[in-house]
Amino acid sequence: MSTTSVASTVEDLPVAPRDWLPVLLVPLLILAALPLVGSPSTWGTLTIAGLAMGLIIFMVASGLTLVFGLMDVMNFGHGIFVALGAFVGVSTLTGLSTWIASPSFAVNLAALACAGLAAAAVAGAVGVLFERVVVRPVYGLHLKQILVTMGGMIIAEQVILALWGPEARPMMRPASLQGAFFIADVAIEKFRLLAVCVGLTIFAGMFLLLNRTKLGLLIRAGVQDREMVEALGYRVRFLFIGVFAAGSALAGLGGTMFGLYQESVTTAIGAQMMVLIFIVIIIGGLGSVGGCFVGALLVGLTANYVGFVAPKVNLFSNILLMVLILLWRPRGLFPVAKR
Amino acid sequence: MSAEQPLLALAGVHTHIGPYHILHGVDLLVPKGGITMLLGRNGAGKTTTLRTIMGLWQASAGEIRFDGRNLAGLETPDVARLDIAYVPENMGIFSDLTVRENLFLAARQGPLDNARLDRIFGYMPALKTFWQQPAGLLSGGQKQMLSIARAMVEPRRLLLVDEPSKGLAPTIIQNLILAFHALRDDGAAILLVEQNFNFASNVGDTVAVMDNGRVLHAGSMSDLVADEALQTRLLGLSLDSHQ
Repeated sequence: MSTTSVASTVEDLPVAPRDWLPVLLVPLLILAALPLVGSPSTWGTLTIAGLAMGLIIFMVASGLTLVFGLMDVMNFGHGIFVALGAFVGVSTLTGLSTWIASPSFAVNLAALACAGLAAAAVAGAVGVLFERVVVRPVYGLHLKQILVTMGGMIIAEQVILALWGPEARPMMRPASLQGAFFIADVAIEKFRLLAVCVGLTIFAGMFLLLNRTKLGLLIRAGVQDREMVEALGYRVRFLFIGVFAAGSALAGLGGTMFGLYQESVTTAIGAQMMVLIFIVIIIGGLGSVGGCFVGALLVGLTANYVGFVAPKVNLFSNILLMVLILLWRPRGLFPVAKR
Repeated sequence: MSAEQPLLALAGVHTHIGPYHILHGVDLLVPKGGITMLLGRNGAGKTTTLRTIMGLWQASAGEIRFDGRNLAGLETPDVARLDIAYVPENMGIFSDLTVRENLFLAARQGPLDNARLDRIFGYMPALKTFWQQPAGLLSGGQKQMLSIARAMVEPRRLLLVDEPSKGLAPTIIQNLILAFHALRDDGAAILLVEQNFNFASNVGDTVAVMDNGRVLHAGSMSDLVADEALQTRLLGLSLDSHQ
């Protein structure tokens, strides 16, 4: 055995090349859309709108993909946290109507922060309850998970109907976030830019958590081989509850953001997003947060470009996108290696 | 077998997996600071015995005592926290994590210890070469080394290792034998499931032979190696035919 320390030199060793090909799809799609859209200013506006929509979908979908990866739980009721977040957001913003009407950007931002935090807190708390009451009894039973979580979603939707009523609720954006500003003829909606900033911040936070902390490593390891993580002495069940709560909280925040994106909220907002969410996590590779990020951007951009260029095709454009990607990579863009 | 109280003692352990009754009253002693080989044909119940000790499957009857403490009903993380390391047959490598991250997670008590890493790299130099690479890129033998290295990054009192030599090149097997002996010399006890009798006879101090979910024979490895008739009766093959 060597007498000098070899452990100290290992950090200088080469790292594995990353798979950048799926990431390149996003700029490729953006560039490919330019000649189809025609007008650069419209293309710019659609791109910002697509990125904003994609990042809101990412907020909602990232938790679900981890929940599936970590415990093999198919939560078809995830949309309920979106709806709940949206309605809590509406109520909070209604209560802060003077802050919303204020011309001060800082006050407006504080109102949005309060709404987002309230939505995340309520959705996270309900998520813990949902995990305990609905999901835990059906661990490992996929068919029952689908039935029970969908049933849970229907019940929760009725509770929302009872609490907030059946009417669509308008969701006013704060005064300083209404309208758009122009950069070289490109109209950029202020709220969408904010949504892009919030989404990128959340992605950066998740990326750092998953790649730079022991907790993140445990989550990634648990997604691949739950049993081995337990055999190393860590309680995956607690990890899962934490991830479920965080995923629900992010879905709640995403619900508020999506409500503001659409400027109205209905009880169907969760179910409406579920189709997109499932497309995104399948495109990305079940259990992969990076894949979920790329998938969400592709879905958001495709919806906006196709909606402008060929509105009739927009009805199935995301399904078409999913089919094309699965033909290229049948297990998604970044498949997670499972045991 | 040592007269000293064993580190691990199984008495009349039964395990059911769904409707299947796999272990039919396993009695097994693992002495402190020794290497115990658990031999037997495929389906004899060796892997189930390790998984039952780890709490991955719960025993339906019988008693498992580790250093005098009853492990009944303990969940897997609690068993692991008694300083019991488990190396499964499928190696349990986290393929998307780097070699460093795999070892980092195994070091529960704190950061990786450089002296221990030096020692691991001495036996398993490939792990140093691929330190920053995803473990999924390693060859089968290198993954096996990584799974054993995970059990070596911190002091453990008992290692449960399932078929470590399967599919490995002879030079790697030689390094594994050295690593197991070094762990034993450090005071760890090792319960090692193995099919390769040649490997087992080079590593083990004591041996237990299983069939049909029971331990048929337990004793010293040297006695089994010396008694060809016993080998033939228990394992169906003599040591010579394995060489």
